[in-house]
Amino acid sequence: MINVINRPLLLTLLLATSAVWSQPRTSALPRLANGKPDFNGIWQALGPANYDIEVHMARPSMMIRQGPHGPLPAVPLLRLGAVGAVPGGMGVVEGGVIPYKPEAQKKREENRANWLDRDPEVRCYMPGVPRATYMPFPFQILQNPNQFFITYEFAGAFRDIYFKNPGPAETDSWMGQSVGRWEGDTLVVDVTGQNDQTWFDRTGTHHTNQLHVVERYTLTSPNHIQYEATIEDAEVFTKPWKIKLPLYRRMEADARLMDFKCVEFVEELIFGEFRRKPLERKE
Amino acid sequence: MRTRLLIAATVFAATAVAQKSGPRTADGHPDLSGMYDIATLTPLTRPGFLGERMSLTDAEAKALAESTAAKNAKLNEPSDPNRPPPPAGGDGSEGPAGNVGGYNTLWVDSGTGAFKIDGQWRTSIVIDPPNGRLPPMTPAALKIGAARGKMNRPNRGDAWWMADSSSPGPYDDPEVRPTAERCLLGFGVSAGPPALPVMYNNLKQIVQTKDKVMILNEMVHDVRVIRMNSKHEPPEIRRWLGDSIGHWEGDTLVVDTTNFNDQPALSASRNMHVIERFTRVDAKTLRYKFTVDDPTVWTKPWTGEMVWPATDARIYEYACHEGNYSFAGILRGARRLEAEATAKAAPRK
Repeated sequence: MINVINRPLLLTLLLATSAVWSQPRTSALPRLANGKPDFNGIWQALGPANYDIEVHMARPSMMIRQGPHGPLPAVPLLRLGAVGAVPGGMGVVEGGVIPYKPEAQKKREENRANWLDRDPEVRCYMPGVPRATYMPFPFQILQNPNQFFITYEFAGAFRDIYFKNPGPAETDSWMGQSVGRWEGDTLVVDVTGQNDQTWFDRTGTHHTNQLHVVERYTLTSPNHIQYEATIEDAEVFTKPWKIKLPLYRRMEADARLMDFKCVEFVEELIFGEFRRKPLERKE
Repeated sequence: MRTRLLIAATVFAATAVAQKSGPRTADGHPDLSGMYDIATLTPLTRPGFLGERMSLTDAEAKALAESTAAKNAKLNEPSDPNRPPPPAGGDGSEGPAGNVGGYNTLWVDSGTGAFKIDGQWRTSIVIDPPNGRLPPMTPAALKIGAARGKMNRPNRGDAWWMADSSSPGPYDDPEVRPTAERCLLGFGVSAGPPALPVMYNNLKQIVQTKDKVMILNEMVHDVRVIRMNSKHEPPEIRRWLGDSIGHWEGDTLVVDTTNFNDQPALSASRNMHVIERFTRVDAKTLRYKFTVDDPTVWTKPWTGEMVWPATDARIYEYACHEGNYSFAGILRGARRLEAEATAKAAPRK
């Protein structure tokens, strides 16, 4: 009798133990009660991807004008000095460069030349996916066996990752519709329904509402996520392209998201001219 | 054998508990995660004509729900394609539905009936003071309220605020407009805490993890992350939704919120202290009870309670700021009225 009862239990125990032994690399990962990797926490990207996701050298400014002997900061950014300069980076785009179609590249260059007026980040608009991931702000993952929710400090944007596909997004939105599924220990998120207003970085990198992003979140240690995204938009790119970057856990004991309701920080920029007594707006 | 019986008994007991009080998390706490629609016809404070009555009879609650449904059905009828245009300058009525027309019933979602707690159809969310109305305000708060009231006169298109040239007007600067117009918070007390029902977009989503409880407010996509068993932030840190910490008292989630900024969703001050209690009533319903204490505004604390019914609805993105064309219009409209009033007052050449 006792044997009959205990045999399946013993077998389960043995299987569980051998599963752990056979995967020494991932065994140390934090996991939820349902066995999925536990992504709960505050995360942030490092590096200059939000300035420029392509491979690039440092340059004088986020917006450039040509001087007599080479590039100089555009006039509105001149007084920022080194603070307004762009740090160099090896890029997070696989192959280094985004495969824009010639026409789309032309529009991108035009956007870049008008960066201050056109970048949605300047106006505190929700950044879209994947840009939200590598903004220079932390984001928080809240995960339980049934829900996976990401809240971003910048502009208070959020995404609720559905595990039940509700079908095509009923309307375009700034953060799109996210549908997730597990491939082993990797969370794969299919993002559609984004509008055409967001960029990938500060270099005019536009797209259309046909944008399709497939993200892959893999916990590679308790404190690192390997983030990958495949980006597709047949309207503007010659082929799908990939980005890849690590995300780091914020290790401060009191790490948390702060309020960054930048809406109030851009009121003077957007609405200042409509004050009853407008303030001085030129230097 | 004995072990097996014990396991069976434990499993049975656990199932019975789960059936009684809904799902639980791996660490044994009630799992409050889910989507809730808190729209209700029960107002925050009890209407005067109900006097001291805390609840409606079944017949009254039924009549309220039916008359509301009938009114909405009537308002939802197709418009007469031959109707005349609104009168020039508006129909003279005030508020969002007045003048040339604002929200119609397509927008409005104030619930389908009163809510029921402990078998009672409640007449107000406020339960203490027992008369269902807020306690008296402090003299200082009354003074601030009166000053605000002076600015709150309806805009009839004559730039009335220009009559006294020394006095500021209600549309002078972005900063003096309500936080909802500025897309900083939802209107009413939507964002909270305490989170209260408003005219539409009443969805709340809870995501509960081991050491956090997140509450998403549909309107203006405000996320409140409650840190469990934590300490409040230092007084230097002020937040739009305050700083929320939580703990469990038995099966009740208790959330303590302080560190508000100067413009919390509820018309209180930065000194407001809110305690919220979330208890699962059944698999589909939470009981939401809260106490508000702000000695700078009210002469004593007050308490309210309501239910949070679960829903299958999904939240659409509430991109308020990104599409806030009306705010520029509000300010520019005031500038236009001022220019017109000035031109009118100028002596004719």
